[in-house]
Amino acid sequence: MIKTDILIIGAGPTGLFAVFEAGLLQLKCHLIDALPQPGGQCSEIYPKKPIYDIPGFPEVLAGELVNNLMEQIAPFQPGFTLGERAQTIESLEDGSFIVTTNKGTRHQAPVVVIAGGLGSFEPRKPLLDNLSRYEENGVEYMIRDPEIYRGKRVVIAGGGDSALDWSIYLAGMAKEVSLVHRRNEFRGALDSVEKVKALKDEGKIRLYTPAEVVGLRGKDSLEAVVIQRATDAGDEFLLEADHFIPLFGLSPKLGPIANWGLEIEKNSIKVDNALDYQTNIPGIYAIGDINIYPGKLKLILCGFHEATLMVQSAYQRIHPDKRYVMKYTTVGGVQGFDGSVREAPKAVIKAID
Amino acid sequence: MQDIKIKITDRDGVLHEVDAPTDMNMNLMELVRSYELAPEGTIGVCGGMAMCASCQCYVKSGHALPEKSDAEEAMLAEAFYVEPNSRLGCQIHLTPALDGLEVELAPES
Repeated sequence: MIKTDILIIGAGPTGLFAVFEAGLLQLKCHLIDALPQPGGQCSEIYPKKPIYDIPGFPEVLAGELVNNLMEQIAPFQPGFTLGERAQTIESLEDGSFIVTTNKGTRHQAPVVVIAGGLGSFEPRKPLLDNLSRYEENGVEYMIRDPEIYRGKRVVIAGGGDSALDWSIYLAGMAKEVSLVHRRNEFRGALDSVEKVKALKDEGKIRLYTPAEVVGLRGKDSLEAVVIQRATDAGDEFLLEADHFIPLFGLSPKLGPIANWGLEIEKNSIKVDNALDYQTNIPGIYAIGDINIYPGKLKLILCGFHEATLMVQSAYQRIHPDKRYVMKYTTVGGVQGFDGSVREAPKAVIKAID
Repeated sequence: MQDIKIKITDRDGVLHEVDAPTDMNMNLMELVRSYELAPEGTIGVCGGMAMCASCQCYVKSGHALPEKSDAEEAMLAEAFYVEPNSRLGCQIHLTPALDGLEVELAPES
């Protein structure tokens, strides 16, 4: 059981900044995220896109913003449960909660903060008739352990960075790697595209473009995929395969959180914006893009503000008998749980003779 | 500047004829969201960067639309339910020339 003061669901910019604000109040945080890396949409969808409305940053790349936030919160040593989706919540007699992920990891905290953005990212599945039959029997939507593909015949479908990067990675270890994409053009980083071309010329990657996987074959587990060429004739052929990995991106789904008894409106969680962004369940807060209240704007900067007010309320809940006075970081500095101290240098007071 | 009329068929097949401003730097995806013709979280996921295809729509009328950018072409090549008349709503800027435009939202995926 992982125990912490504030359990944050969602490691996007809002969730990450909440760690900083909580740390200033000496509260510890742990974050859960369905994606394998922190940063939420900023890392997953648009790491290379510039953002222009972060106060104090005339321009910052989304990926850079995440790196900066990770650096800013490092002194507060947040814990992470990544690649797992928060599944169930249980309230205990003492007012604390237990949140369990889809992989069974249990977390306990007196305060739960949902900073889930648009929900957890689920893989977008291609429209193939018998797809579900082969899930876990040769069809995977995410690569967790590349080792299982060693010596196997792998077919990857998709035209973005992940399809390119995994084709390159697996080309060295799988028996065969075939990449199928509907167009001749790929939507990835230039050097990845060039690397795939080189591997294709060396005969290490078979490239099928423009083409599409239109069927799956196999008795109990996957044995072959049906590929249709995007020509007028639309000829089809069978390609023997042990694994089919469709990489068509991810789409956010509110998911299990929708069943936690929270008041939901327009796929978002209703909160008290007059006070502390608490939901209808005391002790559970919702901040950032996932919440809704009159006048809500889904902006990173609004999420930062909400996180700041939320931790004040969380502090009161965790320490009902303590009185807290807000301190400016220019005055109090930042004292990390790792023993690090950042503070303003002492002013020099000296007479001029 | 004057509003234009746009006909939008939502994902349940219901036709909506809406007024669209042309002086607010708005695109078709934002118009759909402003009239709440698709549930929040199911359209405009990436915010309008041609990076998610959640605003895919089929253009039913013969209006001359701006050419697809490379980013839009590439995203549509990875989307599902794509037809020859598919476009990303976020890449269609609302201009007076689009008065009377008819579109249908593609299924959620």
